[in-house]
Amino acid sequence: MLELERITAGYDRRAPVVRELSLAVADGEAVGLLGPSGCGKSTLARVAALLHRPYAGTVRLAGRPAGGFRFRAPREQRTAVGLVFQQPRLAADPRMTLRQLIAAPAHATGRGDELAGRVDEWAATVGLTTELLTRHPHQVSDGQLQRACVARALLLRPALLICDEMTAMLDASTTAALVAVVEEYRAASGAALLAVGHDRVLLRRWCDRVVDFPAVQSNRSETAPTSSPSTSSTTEAKTS
Amino acid sequence: MTEAPPTTRPAPPARRSPEGEPLLSVAGLSVRFLMPGGRDVAAVEDVSFDLAAGECLALVGESGCGKSVLASALLGLLPANAMVRGGARLAPEGPDLLTADQATLSRTVRGRRLGLIPQSPSAHLTPVRTVRSQLEETVREITDVPRSKLRAAGERAAERAAFPLDHLDRHPHQLSGGLAQRAATALALVGDAPLLIADEPTTGLDRDLVDRTVDELRRHVDDGRGLLVITHDLAAAERIADRVAVMYAGRIVELARADAFFGSPGPRHPYAAGLLDALPERAFTPIPGMPPELDALPAGCAFAPRCPAATDACGALPALAGGVACHHPREAARA
Ligand code: SF4
Repeated sequence: MLELERITAGYDRRAPVVRELSLAVADGEAVGLLGPSGCGKSTLARVAALLHRPYAGTVRLAGRPAGGFRFRAPREQRTAVGLVFQQPRLAADPRMTLRQLIAAPAHATGRGDELAGRVDEWAATVGLTTELLTRHPHQVSDGQLQRACVARALLLRPALLICDEMTAMLDASTTAALVAVVEEYRAASGAALLAVGHDRVLLRRWCDRVVDFPAVQSNRSETAPTSSPSTSSTTEAKTS
Repeated sequence: MTEAPPTTRPAPPARRSPEGEPLLSVAGLSVRFLMPGGRDVAAVEDVSFDLAAGECLALVGESGCGKSVLASALLGLLPANAMVRGGARLAPEGPDLLTADQATLSRTVRGRRLGLIPQSPSAHLTPVRTVRSQLEETVREITDVPRSKLRAAGERAAERAAFPLDHLDRHPHQLSGGLAQRAATALALVGDAPLLIADEPTTGLDRDLVDRTVDELRRHVDDGRGLLVITHDLAAAERIADRVAVMYAGRIVELARADAFFGSPGPRHPYAAGLLDALPERAFTPIPGMPPELDALPAGCAFAPRCPAATDACGALPALAGGVACHHPREAARA
């Protein structure tokens, strides 16, 4: 479903945070990408979601090379990928109600009316009441807002879901609830998953396999990740 | 002390307060917010606990359960529309944290008797100044170390927090998350306060760093300080705490020894049990539903709508008795 080949990316050509990294997620597969915060794994997730143009390397979705990045990404490739970020507040327009927020991708693709019923279905699936749907982001908790963001990401039934630290701000019960929603969707749809995170226990429980993000060069301090000579990934078996 | 620490840890020296005397005594603490439109939000309801020297109490619960409001109350950081009842006395002869005025708090309490280890150290540190200059300024403010000894005193504080001395001349943005946390901890330790409050000290850190941060905080407890940790991270709480207090909808629903709670016989309150079962290293099953809104709490037990054990009896508010506030606590002896 997703093939990343020798991706080099970042925000400064002289010091890319991702170097020559390759990673593949098969159809229906769940892959966890594990790394400490600030190591560049979120950048890789944004490249995979066609939100960030890499300096070098190839991205293929369902076998086809990415037709472009950001606003140049072709619509059918963009809508094939659902994305959930770490910080729901940064990913939610404060002027929208939760209902509008969940429905936004449908409106963006001109399918607002067609998908109106699905908004309520997804809201119920992620555990949001009708009353909560009328509220604005500042009137709900982080957990409730992230529930809405998950519903939004699933609305167009993506073939690939990318969750970038989706649960880092959430408590244990909301984490378990949202992972269950994602897994039910995947079981029903056969969608693939790339889950990016720093919690090994969580990713091993959630994913078919877990890949360690290759350590990157860092000039920051002794507690930053140590550099590793190889960019090859190590994988571990799922624990359950 | 009323509560013995677990036998796996050495008995605390209790050097800062006389035997049996808690460092902090919170009694019947309630915080309500009057919101525009007449909404009345009960964020903290009737919370009581003691914290002794050489002891770590972890206050755990989901976001919105009231634990951060409780922390703000203890730190004198509540907004003006908060109404506070109850007491939070610093022992043995200290002022009440809830009624002391800001001048008293900043002159005699903060940093001197009570050190705060903040949630986001980067926000707590001044970005344009080096760690060294911030440490020295704090030393100057709250101790009577003479000017000539400032540098040495700053370095001592850094060492106590395991902050590497060769990083002292860096600015906060040049530090990793772990080192920023240690810098903030060093600032909290400058005044050698007997009581520390850590507010979500591990948020955003990855697991290895969580373990290390928590172990470093634990050292200050083993040195005889009292530590209140407010956290939603149950694994961190298990690693550091002697006792846990579980909060739900503004109330403490279970107060237990950490070894009994996380190990055997396990939690006794159905909510606490659900919270542990949600962990990916345990059953990974969520508690159904969501916490109630604090301005629309159900009468009786606030957990009833989500509780598998609820009966008609739960329409009456369960009191915290024997460490658990529940009409049908789980059997203490579980197979
Ligand atoms: S009092 Fe009743 S509803 Fe509340 S936790 Fe106990 S059994 Fe459940």
